[in-house]
Amino acid sequence: MTVADVIVQRRSKPFVALRLWSVLALMIAAFAAAPFLGMPQFVQALVIEILVFSLLALSLNVLLGYTGLVSFGHAAFFGIAGYAIGIIAIHISTDILVTFPLAVLVAALCAVPIGWLSIRLSGFYFLMITFAFAQMVFVAAFRWKPVTGGSDGMIVPGATLFGAPILGSRESFYFFVLAVFTVCAALLYAIVVSRFGRTLVGIRESTPRMRALGYNVRRYKLAAFVVGATFGGVAGVLNSLFNLFIAPESAHWTQSALVLVMVLIGGAGYFVGPIIGATIVLLLQHWLSSYTEYWGLVLGILFIVLITGAREGIAGLVMQGWNHLRGKGP
Amino acid sequence: MLDFLIAQTLNGLVYSMLLFLLALGLSLTFGMLRVINLAHGAFYLMGAYFGLTAWNLTHSFWAAIIVATVGAAIVGMLLERSWLQRFYVRNELDQVILTFGFALVFADIMKMLWGKDIHSIPVPPLLSGAVHIAGTYFPAYRLILVGVGVALFVATWLAIERTRTGALIRASVADRVMVSGLGFNIRLLFTYVFGFGTAIAGLAGVLGAPITGIYPGLDFEVLITTLIVVVVGGLGNISGAFWAALLIGLAETYGKALYPAAASFIIFGLMAAVLLIRAWGRDEEDVE
Repeated sequence: MTVADVIVQRRSKPFVALRLWSVLALMIAAFAAAPFLGMPQFVQALVIEILVFSLLALSLNVLLGYTGLVSFGHAAFFGIAGYAIGIIAIHISTDILVTFPLAVLVAALCAVPIGWLSIRLSGFYFLMITFAFAQMVFVAAFRWKPVTGGSDGMIVPGATLFGAPILGSRESFYFFVLAVFTVCAALLYAIVVSRFGRTLVGIRESTPRMRALGYNVRRYKLAAFVVGATFGGVAGVLNSLFNLFIAPESAHWTQSALVLVMVLIGGAGYFVGPIIGATIVLLLQHWLSSYTEYWGLVLGILFIVLITGAREGIAGLVMQGWNHLRGKGP
Repeated sequence: MLDFLIAQTLNGLVYSMLLFLLALGLSLTFGMLRVINLAHGAFYLMGAYFGLTAWNLTHSFWAAIIVATVGAAIVGMLLERSWLQRFYVRNELDQVILTFGFALVFADIMKMLWGKDIHSIPVPPLLSGAVHIAGTYFPAYRLILVGVGVALFVATWLAIERTRTGALIRASVADRVMVSGLGFNIRLLFTYVFGFGTAIAGLAGVLGAPITGIYPGLDFEVLITTLIVVVVGGLGNISGAFWAALLIGLAETYGKALYPAAASFIIFGLMAAVLLIRAWGRDEEDVE
């Protein structure tokens, strides 16, 4: 494989994802059927958690993998939407047709000024400024006791639909999350393979060239930022509705770091990368936390090994192996 | 009110000097090696723990200081030689992830070795007294710390501006390819500079131990504030790091004393503002 081939292959990542996409569709079908085949309650809870964080990681991948913007504050929007749905449910209405869209809208609206300011910087400085904004959100959630409940967190009222409580059972919530996840993943996929998505990849690969071609790079970056925050907000809403509780930690930098880890371990720039990453990280976390308290050590080693040996994450490794098997590999 | 102000100012200065010692290594490492070392906070805590062990064995504060500094330098140089060196050709993000991975690993290893309790190293008897200046008593140890910080700033500044090695370091910051092309062993110089940075972080850890205590999680706490200092001061800029450490250290101390709810809000806001002011009016964001 020549260097040019490698470049072509890198550039065509959204199309590579097409094949993996069919696998994903099969998996969603399997998950939808699973409760009928006797999936235990605790497994359902785990799957819900994996789907919520997969969505959050997918939304970050729009920034990190496709646009090349390393946000270290993505949990801010997860937290903002998570608090917004609680506050709306307490003060306005618990009807899910009101709370859900409104909370996501709040996250998207917050992303406009934050993104507008942040995209003026790049590389490490972008990382630091998104980090700063996210920590400000965290401090606000932590200290603004009358509204957010401060460090105690906030109880989120259960959702209703036209006055009747819904999503009360674990099973019904499982299907709800699966449906929302599928719709959002499909939307995100449509976004990244669209002309807009390919423009973002162009910005990642060569910002000066895109600028020279006449693209308004900042406008695209801002759009990517808001798209990422919006879907991150959806994940935050799901998280709040599932736990019926939200605490400042959901906007803390460790949360942002965890999502970043998920995307990088799975493979940034591959559509299914974040889903693989979120699944692996959460399974490892659940499994290991019953054996050892040194979860950070495992995560750290995973980081070091992956970044040293496989920069494109697990999805990248799989693609390499796949190409190798088909005789196209290096 | 005046007493309160003086006391807080001294606390702020002490905190600033600890921040400066941390920022010095981080900034120098970035300036020369172009690596943002997110494991830098770990070296602070490591220095404190090394010092603690040395103090427990010998009950000598001076032994603690030496063990902490030398220990942090050795671990730092080993890290640079064994792993970091391969990452100089990689992009920023890869280096950030690698060093963050090491930060996590170091944090848990330290938790294994020294447990989760809060420890402290007592101030040496010689320095535990108070100094009487202008009607107020100042703890001698804190005054000494401020002195150490300023002395190290001046010494490092002179070493970099006035010595031959310093000239080599400045040249490497400007154009490392050219420096190595001229036949200097730049790889070795990188290792020493990295080791110097981690040594100073370890020194800060042991010097700060009587004030901040020693506990798991402290590494990330100091890392975050140090990153803010380094960003505000300008990456790779030592005098910048000094003034930024003063600004952030005093701002956070006054903030905590006067309006605790907003203290961390202020420093994050400060960093965001500085970053934006620096980037404002530019059409392209690819230049540093």
